[in-house]
Amino acid sequence: MNNLEFTILVGLGSCTAGFLGALTGLGGGVVLVPLLTLIFKVDIRYAVGASLVSVIATSSGAAAAYLREGLSNIRIGMFLEIATTLGALFGAFLAAIVSTKAIGVVFGLVLLYSGLLSSRMPADTSDDKPPDPLATRLGMNGTYPSLTGPKRYNVHRVPAGFSLMFGAGALSGLLGIGSGAVKVLAMDHAMGIPFKVSTTTSNFMIGVTAAASAGVYLSRGYIDPGLSMPVMLGVLAGSLLGARVLARTKTRQLRWIFGVVIVALGAEMIYGALTGKV
Amino acid sequence: MFKRSDWTDQDVEIIIANLLRAGVVVSAAIVLAGGLIFLVRHGFDPANYRVFKGEPTDLRQFRGIARAALALHGRGIIQLGLLFLIATPVARVAFAAFAFSIERDWLYVGISTFVLLILLYSLLGSAI
Repeated sequence: MNNLEFTILVGLGSCTAGFLGALTGLGGGVVLVPLLTLIFKVDIRYAVGASLVSVIATSSGAAAAYLREGLSNIRIGMFLEIATTLGALFGAFLAAIVSTKAIGVVFGLVLLYSGLLSSRMPADTSDDKPPDPLATRLGMNGTYPSLTGPKRYNVHRVPAGFSLMFGAGALSGLLGIGSGAVKVLAMDHAMGIPFKVSTTTSNFMIGVTAAASAGVYLSRGYIDPGLSMPVMLGVLAGSLLGARVLARTKTRQLRWIFGVVIVALGAEMIYGALTGKV
Repeated sequence: MFKRSDWTDQDVEIIIANLLRAGVVVSAAIVLAGGLIFLVRHGFDPANYRVFKGEPTDLRQFRGIARAALALHGRGIIQLGLLFLIATPVARVAFAAFAFSIERDWLYVGISTFVLLILLYSLLGSAI
C-alpha cells in the first residue's frame, strides 16, 4: 500500500471511529488503536501516539459545544487534573518499560470494560447528603441547569476520586486514550457528581491529561506525522459530524451495538497480543 | 481594566472554549497543509508502519521540527501543527490560572499553576 492509499483508508476509518465515538459518548480513541493495529497492522506504539493526538483534538473541539450549556465544573476539573496529569506522566514512562504485549493486553481489558459499561445507561448518583468538608474548602459544590431550574449538588469522597483519577491518567498515558469511561466513573460513583456535569467536565479534562503525556511520546518518537495526519483530521471531522447528528438520533440502540463491537475488539486485542500478532 | 464583578466563571469558560476552538482550527489547518505537501511528494512511496523505528531526532524536538517546517518538509509541517495542538490545552490551563487570579481565588491560582508546571515539565523537559 502506498502513502496516498494508506492516508485515505486510515482517514475514512478514523472518521467513522470519531463519528461513532461522538454519537455514543464513548470517544473515538478507544476503537482507534485496535483499528490501526488489527486492521492496518500498525505497530502499537505508533498507533498509541496517533490516537493520543486525536484525543486532544476531539476534546478541545467538543469543549466549545459543552461549555455553552454551562454544565462543566471548572474547579472540579482543575483540581482533578493534578491527579490525571501526574498519572499521565507516570503512564507515559511506564509505556517505555513494559512490553508491547502487556500494553496490548491492558488495552484489551480496558476495551472489555468500556464495552460492558456502554450497555448500561448512566444512573444519576448525586444526592443531598452533606458534602465532603474538603470539597467545601475547595469550592467544588455547584449547581447545574435542570428542567425545574438550577439544581444544587454536593461533592463527596474527594480523596477516593483523586486516586481514581491518577489511575485514569496513567491509563491515558499508557494507552493513548482519553479514558473518559474511568474519569466519569470516578466522578459519578466516588464523588457523587451528577452525570451531566461529570461527562462534560471529563471531556474538558481529557485534553489536558493527554497533553501531559504527549511531550513524552513526542520525544520518544511515537508520534509519526504521516500516520497522525489522517488520524487526527479524520477523528476530528467525524466527531464534529457526530456531535451535530447527536441531537436527532436515538442513541440507545447505537450504544448497545457499539458496545458489542468494542467487546469484540477487546477480545481480539487480547488474543492478538498473547499470540504475538499485535 | 478587569474588575472582579465583571468576571464570572461563565465568562471565563466561554473565553476558554473559544481559545480551544481556535487552537484546534489553526493546528488542523497546518496539519492539512503539511499533509498535502507530504502526499504530493511522497504519495506513491510505500507506507510502512508495521515495524517501529521511532521518528528521526529532527521530528522529536522543537528545534528540529521548526527547522523541518521552515524548509517546507511536509512531515515537519505536520509535526508543527501537532505541536500547536498539544500546546492548546497548555494555553487553556495558563489562561485559567490568569482568570482565577482576577477572581482573587488564590487557592485555584496555585492549583492551576501546579498543573501548568507539570505540563511544561513534560513538554519542555522531554522535547527541547
